[in-house]
Amino acid sequence: MPDSQRIIEIEVLRYNPESDKEPHLEVYKVPFSDDMSVLQGAQYIKDHFDGSLTFRWSCRMAICGSCGMMINGIPKLSCETFLRDYFPNRIRIEAMANFPIEKDLVVDLSGFIEKLESIQPYIIPREPRSLDQGEYIQSPEQFNAYIQFTSCINCTLCYAACPQFGLNPDFIGPAAIALLHRYNMDSRDGAAAERMELVAAEEGVFNCSAVGYCSEVCPKHVDPANAVNINKTNAAKDYFLRFLSPKGGSK
Amino acid sequence: MSKRRPYVRSMDGWWKKNPFYVEYMIHESTALFVAAYAFTLLVGLVRLGQGEVAWNGWLEAMKSPLSLICHVVFLLAIMYHTYTWFKIMPITLPPIIVGGKKVGPEVITGSGLLAAVVASVFMLGLVWRIAQ
Amino acid sequence: MKAGLKRSNAPIFWSLFGAGGMFSALFGPVLVFITGIAVPLSLMLPSETMSYPKMLAFAQNFIGKGFILAVISLFLWFAAHRIFHSLHEIGIHAGLGAKLICYGSAFVATVVSAVVLLGLGF
Repeated sequence: MPDSQRIIEIEVLRYNPESDKEPHLEVYKVPFSDDMSVLQGAQYIKDHFDGSLTFRWSCRMAICGSCGMMINGIPKLSCETFLRDYFPNRIRIEAMANFPIEKDLVVDLSGFIEKLESIQPYIIPREPRSLDQGEYIQSPEQFNAYIQFTSCINCTLCYAACPQFGLNPDFIGPAAIALLHRYNMDSRDGAAAERMELVAAEEGVFNCSAVGYCSEVCPKHVDPANAVNINKTNAAKDYFLRFLSPKGGSK
Repeated sequence: MSKRRPYVRSMDGWWKKNPFYVEYMIHESTALFVAAYAFTLLVGLVRLGQGEVAWNGWLEAMKSPLSLICHVVFLLAIMYHTYTWFKIMPITLPPIIVGGKKVGPEVITGSGLLAAVVASVFMLGLVWRIAQ
Repeated sequence: MKAGLKRSNAPIFWSLFGAGGMFSALFGPVLVFITGIAVPLSLMLPSETMSYPKMLAFAQNFIGKGFILAVISLFLWFAAHRIFHSLHEIGIHAGLGAKLICYGSAFVATVVSAVVLLGLGF
């Protein structure tokens, strides 16, 4: 077995905030087998070469959304990307683009978490409803209107794919807007007008220039670009029609 | 004291780093050719307003080799704009449900391109009729 | 919800961009072909297709006026929006200056077209 052991070169973007002025690349020679993911490659480096290598991971099955990184420049979940697909070439792994690097492959997600909170990611009922009125009834059509946008695992690969977020970190961005859209489209929810304030704001949907790469890299096929662009139309309607509607959209 | 010192990477040259972005910048840059063509027409309109001699001068200028080459380039660039405009359309439209099923992206793009072909044939036919 | 949100005025420019993008996608190629290639070369269309009397009559017609204005104006609003964004994207954050040049030229072109078309009479 050791004779047939293949070795792949993994180039890692390292950054230690305590000692490095800026990130730099380091190459590691990692023995691997066919079933090894890029994440396992990083784990091998941590276990055998440098215990200080820092990265996030948890489930190893593409559902926790914590192991995203740039793999040869493309935002991917490292647990579902395999070393064998890159061998015999060298593979380069870096922290997700467009985010500040905290350490090595770990990025600062605090801005994203704030954005997630800001969209009010919960059902705000259309009307008050008491327990004895029973459950909400939702038809399959109503269910289908939002189900796709519930699949998001907050991996933020879409942010790493979005140059507009890189250029303007205040942009609410693809995943948060997709989740916003998920609640707006839910027949039980009645807070679309409230959320419009954020959609139509300078931080909102009009930062998007329809690059579309966010939807391309999304591991869960949420199609955040679609959510963002549908809300451009909604925001434009709200912009022009707010003077006509008696209730008014947002201010 | 916090040891945190988050490093922000530069965005310089981001669009060169991925073929997807390169294509994006190419289709965005077709706007330059749309603008150049619109300005050409604007000059024509101003010349039309100045009378027959001025207008004929513009028509003559449109026959110059340089103008013809420019218009071939405009044509190719704007055709690429047409193609990419409808290619992006599936992400810009709300879901279209026909017979309980969501219409696929290729159908939306295809319909857009078909509409462009129909519009072109219609326009060419109309101008041809008027010219007779 | 975050405090101090300011409503973006982008819908005005975005709507013009969308209309111009759609209009140029549908009619751009055929118009370039007619005015820039077919007529100058008398290819498929006779060269008098765009003769002075014909074009004057077209520009004096209500529909003709609207069409000419829509083509010049919307094409430019579309292009201005994209070029303005592209400048930002390649790192030229000229802000107000770039905005004035891009959208300003579309605006001036719209006004000039409208003035000429009105001057040509009905």
